[in-house]
Amino acid sequence: MSGYFILIILVLAFVLIFQISKASEYVSVLKGEEKSFKQSNRINAFLFILFMVLGLAGAWWCNELLYDRTLLAQPAASDHGEKIDFMMWLTIIVTGIVFLLTQVLLFWFAFKYQYSEKRTSYFFPHNNKLELLWTVVPAIFLTVLVGFGLFYWFKITGDAPKDSQIVEITGKQFNWMMRYPGKDNVLGRKNYRLTDASSGNALGVDWEDGASHDDIEASEMHLVVGKPVQLVINAQDVIHDVGLVHFRLKMDAVPGIPTTLWFTPKYTTAQMKEITGNKDFVYEISCDQICGSGHYSMRGVIIVETQDEHDAWMASKKPQYVTVKEGAAPAAAADSTSAAAAATMSKPLAQLK
Amino acid sequence: MSSETISHGHAAEASVHSHDSHEAHGHDHHHEESFLTKYVFSTDHKMIGKQFLITGIIWAIIGGLFSVLFRLQLGYPETSFPVLEDLFGKWAAGGRISNEFYYALVTMHGTILVFFVLTAGLSGTFANILIPLQIGARDMASGFLNMLSYWFFFLASVVMFASLFIQTGPASGGWTVYPPLSALGQASEGSKLGMDFWLISMALFIVSSLLGGLNYISTILNLRTKGMSMTRMPLTMWAIFFTAVLGVLSFPVLLSGAVLLLFDRNLGTSFFLSEIVVKGEILPNEGGSAILFQHLFWFLGHPEVYIILLPALGMVSEILSVNSRKPIFGYLAMVGSLFAICILAFLVWAHHMFVTGLNPFLGAFFVLLTLLIAVPSAIKVFNWLTTLWKGNIRFTPGMLFSIGFISLFISGGLTGIFLGNSTLDIHLHDTYFVVAHFHIVMGVASFFGMFAGVYHWFPKMYGRFLNNTMAYIHFWVTMVGAYLIFWPMHYAGLAGMPRRYTDWSNWQSFNQFQDMNRFISTVAMIVFAVQILFVFNFFYSIFKGRKVTSTNPWGANTLEWTTPINPGHGNWPGDIPEVHRWPYDYGKDGRDFIPQVEPIGADESKH
Repeated sequence: MSGYFILIILVLAFVLIFQISKASEYVSVLKGEEKSFKQSNRINAFLFILFMVLGLAGAWWCNELLYDRTLLAQPAASDHGEKIDFMMWLTIIVTGIVFLLTQVLLFWFAFKYQYSEKRTSYFFPHNNKLELLWTVVPAIFLTVLVGFGLFYWFKITGDAPKDSQIVEITGKQFNWMMRYPGKDNVLGRKNYRLTDASSGNALGVDWEDGASHDDIEASEMHLVVGKPVQLVINAQDVIHDVGLVHFRLKMDAVPGIPTTLWFTPKYTTAQMKEITGNKDFVYEISCDQICGSGHYSMRGVIIVETQDEHDAWMASKKPQYVTVKEGAAPAAAADSTSAAAAATMSKPLAQLK
Repeated sequence: MSSETISHGHAAEASVHSHDSHEAHGHDHHHEESFLTKYVFSTDHKMIGKQFLITGIIWAIIGGLFSVLFRLQLGYPETSFPVLEDLFGKWAAGGRISNEFYYALVTMHGTILVFFVLTAGLSGTFANILIPLQIGARDMASGFLNMLSYWFFFLASVVMFASLFIQTGPASGGWTVYPPLSALGQASEGSKLGMDFWLISMALFIVSSLLGGLNYISTILNLRTKGMSMTRMPLTMWAIFFTAVLGVLSFPVLLSGAVLLLFDRNLGTSFFLSEIVVKGEILPNEGGSAILFQHLFWFLGHPEVYIILLPALGMVSEILSVNSRKPIFGYLAMVGSLFAICILAFLVWAHHMFVTGLNPFLGAFFVLLTLLIAVPSAIKVFNWLTTLWKGNIRFTPGMLFSIGFISLFISGGLTGIFLGNSTLDIHLHDTYFVVAHFHIVMGVASFFGMFAGVYHWFPKMYGRFLNNTMAYIHFWVTMVGAYLIFWPMHYAGLAGMPRRYTDWSNWQSFNQFQDMNRFISTVAMIVFAVQILFVFNFFYSIFKGRKVTSTNPWGANTLEWTTPINPGHGNWPGDIPEVHRWPYDYGKDGRDFIPQVEPIGADESKH
């Protein structure tokens, strides 16, 4: 009902605007086109300066309102993230200055040089010095930004340290599956043709490979604070993307082409709860590449913990190979987590509701 | 180069024969033809331009309406709108937009606005209307190919429109249609029949674009009137010329990608597919590369954003100069920067792929080349500012939109410096920061260029003016609305909020923007309503607008304003005028403006 009401109001507003517009056209003909042109020109010039003032004030207000909800208000949770945050601030400052300078000049010129009978425009077709100036100066600033950017880019995308923890993460519509290499720190070989969730091999691991026998599968990611981790990223069906907002990182998961990403977590989940002042804080993995109708719900959880906690969690897990061979109620990897892990996972989820 | 020497249908005939005799012969033989040949299968560039424009307007309403629909979901996720179920049935069961419907809407919104509105509707319109008029030609090099260009576009439109009514829905894997999602019907409803329609439609669209582009290039190179050297062309012509070159060199690559994807979908090939298990089904395809498609797509896709932007850059430069009553500052630098952007456009495509596992060393080159684009862009901005400086500015509706364009071009261009830097892209990729960036710089800015062009050249197209009051309302609401919609989105992006989510309420990290989303949706609806006002103004003014009384209502120098108020097929009733100077002699030697057709005076100052 209210929908029709709004529609009627809209139509009436439309008719009103149209009638006013028509009438003002007749008035301008009666008043003389020259006179009405001057009048509307003054109004538009004034509106430009008003737009600039209100726009800058609005930008300030928007910042007051939203800044605390962004990640800029909290420290990056990884060493790479800190580099990215520095780069972000550097770019914000450089572009911010250019933004203010050019926008203010634009609207100020529009206002200042509005039409006046008394003035004739200044014939100024070109000036090589000026043009050289605003070719060279932006080029210098950009060189700085490119220089810092590439320096960090190579650090972030460079080889992972040798002692890194290895975690495999595999995306499928619409959830994430993790695999840990176990004591030998080697992930067992995979063959996608062996994939069979109903017999406990949702990832398509080749049990012929002995390295797979101590691999542990889980639905959430456990990392050790302060210890570098290398993610080996796979996808089974379509392209997904491992988005790690708090670490400021992401990497695509591409079927048939494994990718990698490494970083060092700086704060445990518990520490982040204190830093952010949010008792429900949880590191989330978001899918950042459209992957179908459930894309928005493809959520994973990371638990960053101390080495002791991590060891205890690992000890509580049974390798997937053992589970399968025992024939003890084989289940999909997504459901194969221990009761203890499930409890830690469902807690933050329950709090979200 | 003079048109008299070029044999070219009745156009050459018209310029060779004496005025009176050929008038009756040359023109009547075209114009007394049936409704079908005048309004439908027309070979007159002006009519074809109008066909592109009106088709583009219809598509813009559809594409814009889609954005209003999915903004309803984003702004009011808890609310049920029973009217949606009445209209869309199972797609909006219970008055809520289903996930499949949401992704179909998003995909079609992008496809329609990028290709059908801002490519065909923008450069198709203004290339057709302006090229012969501004370079002094009777028509395009090939009127027939030009007509085919429109009708292939029409055919592409029909196929795309038909895809909206398929039972499984239109394509819904995003406008970039990355495989395997777009290749596998099992993975998504939209990847069934709808995706085949999408690919066929795009193939037809590419044919249209190539026919048009080749025609624009050959016309600009070959049919310039006497005295119209390349460096005496208005900047609109340069911009459209580079646009056409970009299109002709990059669209075929997308065609190859589309054809290979059709093969993967229907003929069992594995160009883009490898080692896939979808919904428990193990597929036989091995050895393909999903990333290959992204290379093929973005090799067009990136030039495409400049195909959209360049005509706007050209028209804004022209309109800014006319209404500041000053020459455009640094004409050659403006041409040079267009050229630089055109070249760089081909060398930056992989900056869309920094997080695909691209070789970091290769990525470094794409960072460098991408940020290099900021230099010609900066030149353009500072040259525009200097053009305004000490001008005598008339705020015609076209001028308002041109100034608005510059503001948006600055805002959206600067955020490109964030995204082009791979280090920051790792964080910002596929977040709302990207949505804000490209909507401002490519979407809204190009729309502003298009609006500026429509308001400025409407008197030439229809011999009438658009209503000014409605134009002012249109401009100010759209300008304020554009910033209100897209400025806050940067903050969502800085929170890492991913794009293409129908709902963030289950996320601890992204659920803090619900009030912002509601605000954006409300503003988006108001802005959409004002666009409808513009469309109304457009069609109303075609028939009832204030009549143009002089041939040169803006006091402009370029050749289109030397034609009659309603030029017939052939544009000039007599000989094609000869050109003696560049188009930007405004305010020179104390004269308000000196048209291009006026010979250089004996005591005229040099510049």
